[in-house]
Amino acid sequence: MAENNNKPSLHGIFMNGLLNENPTFRLVLGTCPTLAVTTSAINGIGMGLAATFVLVCSNVVVSLVRKLIPDKARIPSFIVIIATFVTIVQMMMQAFVPSLYEALGIFIPLIVVNCIILARAEAFASKNGPLQSAVDGLGMGLGFTCAITLIGIVRELIGNGSVFGINLLGASYEPMLLFVLAPGGFITFGLLLGIINAITARRAAKKGGEQA
Amino acid sequence: MRIVDFSSFLLFMVYCVFVNNFIFSRFLGCCPFLGVSSKVQTATGMGLAVTFVMALASFFTYFVNMMLVGLGLGYLQTIAFILVIAALVQFVEMFMKKSMPALYSALGVYLPLITTNCAVLAVTVMNADNSYNLFESVCNGVFGALGFMLAIVLMAGVRWRAPTSRRASRASRPA
Amino acid sequence: MALHISTGPHLRAKDDTQRLMLDVLIALCPATAASIYFYGVKAALIILVSVAAAVLSEYVWQRLAHKPIRINDFSAAVTGLLLALNVPANVPLWIPLIGSVFAIIVVKQLFGGIGHNFLNPALAARAVLLTSWPSHMTKAFVPMRTLFDSAAATGVDTLASATPLLVPGTVEVRDLLLGNIPGAIGETCKVAILLGLLYLLVRKVISWQIPVIMVGTVALGAWAFGADPLKAVLSGGLLLGACFMATDYVTSPMLKRSHVIYAIGCGAMVVLIRQFGNYPEGVTYAILLMNIVTPLLDRALKRKVYGEVKQHG
Repeated sequence: MAENNNKPSLHGIFMNGLLNENPTFRLVLGTCPTLAVTTSAINGIGMGLAATFVLVCSNVVVSLVRKLIPDKARIPSFIVIIATFVTIVQMMMQAFVPSLYEALGIFIPLIVVNCIILARAEAFASKNGPLQSAVDGLGMGLGFTCAITLIGIVRELIGNGSVFGINLLGASYEPMLLFVLAPGGFITFGLLLGIINAITARRAAKKGGEQA
Repeated sequence: MRIVDFSSFLLFMVYCVFVNNFIFSRFLGCCPFLGVSSKVQTATGMGLAVTFVMALASFFTYFVNMMLVGLGLGYLQTIAFILVIAALVQFVEMFMKKSMPALYSALGVYLPLITTNCAVLAVTVMNADNSYNLFESVCNGVFGALGFMLAIVLMAGVRWRAPTSRRASRASRPA
Repeated sequence: MALHISTGPHLRAKDDTQRLMLDVLIALCPATAASIYFYGVKAALIILVSVAAAVLSEYVWQRLAHKPIRINDFSAAVTGLLLALNVPANVPLWIPLIGSVFAIIVVKQLFGGIGHNFLNPALAARAVLLTSWPSHMTKAFVPMRTLFDSAAATGVDTLASATPLLVPGTVEVRDLLLGNIPGAIGETCKVAILLGLLYLLVRKVISWQIPVIMVGTVALGAWAFGADPLKAVLSGGLLLGACFMATDYVTSPMLKRSHVIYAIGCGAMVVLIRQFGNYPEGVTYAILLMNIVTPLLDRALKRKVYGEVKQHG
């Protein structure tokens, strides 16, 4: 397997972020935006892509300057790098997608403290070259995007009867409002997490059974 | 929501602690909420540390924001605030270690985690967005943090009761 | 029901749960009968759907999870019946159906089944229904029939509120007692609920502390805010909640001493929500909030016991 090698392939790094160590469902990081902005699928995608952009850029820069930064000033330096890119994203979204910017609100500046980004800077980018770091950021970012879009789809479908704003369940469907409200976020996330854990556990058990 | 007299102060308190609870209704600070809520004691410690830092952060970023707005550098808000928080956390940690060792040993382990607690950055951004005055900003920080603490301690209680954690704690307890 | 977490002797058989739940079902009979008397076939259908859905989803879950099938301990039936008694008569039948499935699967089984849920399943499901479909859940038809013919039930077809809390002056105490008022199907006839309470107390299924102290706190609070204490007690779902939901073994504290704090908390929350909240009725949320505090209450009092033991050793 890829992660057992000393030098993992780029493909391995990418898939690791997307599936094996999916930041949302496997590492349970960055839970605040995961719960807060997923009232609709489109919000999920927007948040995910914004975070992916910051993640890739900050990973590359951290990787480039990793030998220049003294160990003690590591975390503050990472935070400044991340905050710079977040400010860029913030301004770009305000200019080009103002409605999405309004919908995501305070959670755009809060990408700075999204633990996924700091965790990848610390755990991966500060130890690897820029190319690997970029791929790692892309994998992790897309893993995050897919996960929160999935949560957004489930919540929007049940709580509003639509997906990406397109009504799927017809006019006679009476939406279960709970799912677009705060408790619905926790319930959906918990249920999806449970299902994915169950699938992984079953798969691991099967694999173990085959090897033995 | 503004504070003009005592009754609006009480209303502001209820609004911050319960109605707009950081975790249950705003989804801020969920990572420590999920990570540190397995024991009531650690949850209380984390809650107190967050309250302390949030009050200080609200106080200092009020002046930083005034300065940024005055200089027309509003777009630097995010960077400036997170730096203030990071510096504050470092400073509090060093200060506590030196002059309040008892408090440090109780809250010290939680301090580094607070930099990445999004509720702290959120409270400072909210203060600026709502243009709260100094008193309102600090109240928002303190009461918001108390709401966070309430949520995390209640969650720790509920988790303490869940079957798996109870079994684990029973196993670690000398019978 | 909460045999897993009781402080007393731990060797109890499954039959105990069954007997307990049977007693609760018997105690709910008067209220069930009253709801069918007042609301006719509609109420009967709601009860049928709700109980059937609860028992069936418990069976299906236990089957799929390869757990022992325990539907004959009647706990799912109790949940289904309590939920049914807590919805108004004019809801479409899929509402109690979804509510029961949610109560059993999400609130009870996902947390480990009987004895491990931290919220009362029927109440949590009612809160979910209330949040999700407020228009269905807060409209209440006046009863189709009345006892000893009442003035309150004539003239109006529906009221916007599930409880007469908003118009306290217009309702007679006698009508509140008998159930000649609009509301959720099982909560209106107080005489029937009190009969059930009497049975539970005689059979020693529950102790008097929780219902009496909770209701007493509400009366005191109403008096303090200048309302009529008797009407406050007889309004809304207070009696049904205090007698049958707040006393749930699993989600109320273990020790008598903490029962007092728990019951006062429930009552105080009801008063606060009725007085200051946006909701016309707060019994559901009051009991749910105290359910969440219950583990901390247990813990606070349990710790002292451990401390005492340590001193001896």
